[in-house]
Amino acid sequence: MNAPRWLKQLFLALPTALLGCLLVASTALASPVKQAGVSDDQVNAIAKELYCPVCENIPLDVCGTQACAQWRELIREKLSQGWDEEQIKQYFVAQYGDRVLATPPARGLNWLVYLIPPLAILAGGYILYRAFKSWQEPASAEQAPVSAQTAPQDEYIKRLEEELGKR
Amino acid sequence: MDTQPAEQTRPEVSRRARPGWGRALVWAGVLALLTILALGLIRSQQGPVGVGQRAPRFTLTTFEGERISSTDLIGKVVVLNFWASWCKPCEEEAEILEAAWRYYQPRGDVIFLGVDYVDTEPEARAYLEKFDITYPNGPDLGTRISQAFRMQGVPETYIIDQQGILRHMQYGVFPTLEHIKAVIDPLLGS
Repeated sequence: MNAPRWLKQLFLALPTALLGCLLVASTALASPVKQAGVSDDQVNAIAKELYCPVCENIPLDVCGTQACAQWRELIREKLSQGWDEEQIKQYFVAQYGDRVLATPPARGLNWLVYLIPPLAILAGGYILYRAFKSWQEPASAEQAPVSAQTAPQDEYIKRLEEELGKR
Repeated sequence: MDTQPAEQTRPEVSRRARPGWGRALVWAGVLALLTILALGLIRSQQGPVGVGQRAPRFTLTTFEGERISSTDLIGKVVVLNFWASWCKPCEEEAEILEAAWRYYQPRGDVIFLGVDYVDTEPEARAYLEKFDITYPNGPDLGTRISQAFRMQGVPETYIIDQQGILRHMQYGVFPTLEHIKAVIDPLLGS
């Protein structure tokens, strides 16, 4: 007795559908889990403010190492849990130290980073002011010889006249 | 005759007599800054802690929340291994370190500690589970321990004797269990 045609098609279709489902499921499991509602832009907005100590001088948002990829996933996870940027940064500081921050916190010796540039600009301005002033002084000094040189001459002539007068 | 006109001598005298506190302050500031820079440079150029030196003190908080202080470990040989889940060479020696721990654990006078460097906790826990690591492990919070040891990179292992003196530094992986035994056994005496 032959099975109806529709039953044969069903026997063929079922394993195919099952295989398809398995493939889709395995692909979904193999790819990194993306937290719902958190975009790469949101992650990178925070990541660019952080530096992984392993890859010095490369911001986290463009760093290609596995360590940095794990950090970005961690940011994504924290964002999906409702953490804000400041909380996430504080978490990274607590875990890995101040050096992960792109802008060091203003405390301790870090103050130097914020104080030295404006102080250097002020000092530079003062040096320029002094330099300009000293360049102006010789110009005024050129006018001075008239009085400076005539004064001793007058004195000399006066004393000479006095001496001659005595004779 | 030495007599100088008063107009010429006065500015020179006033310039010399100026106290120059501002200038002294500027020089002091520049010197202080150069000193800080020099100290920073010296520190950055320092190599790792040398063999024969006292090992830096540290406190490790394990993933289970236990606090282990190096001062409490005096009298024991300490094997301090820095690793990370993203570090492929670390995977090579994970089983060897675990085997060494299981070999020495019954004695009670050797302790293995794993310091997880710049890692994320879920991946670190998965790594420990994958390699069935049973000795205490914890994150290097604030990278304080790795900085104290002036660590160069993972994996790196420091072996500290019973008096707290650093006896061996291993850059990279321990290739075999025998290599670890060759370092630890002489420290144990018998």
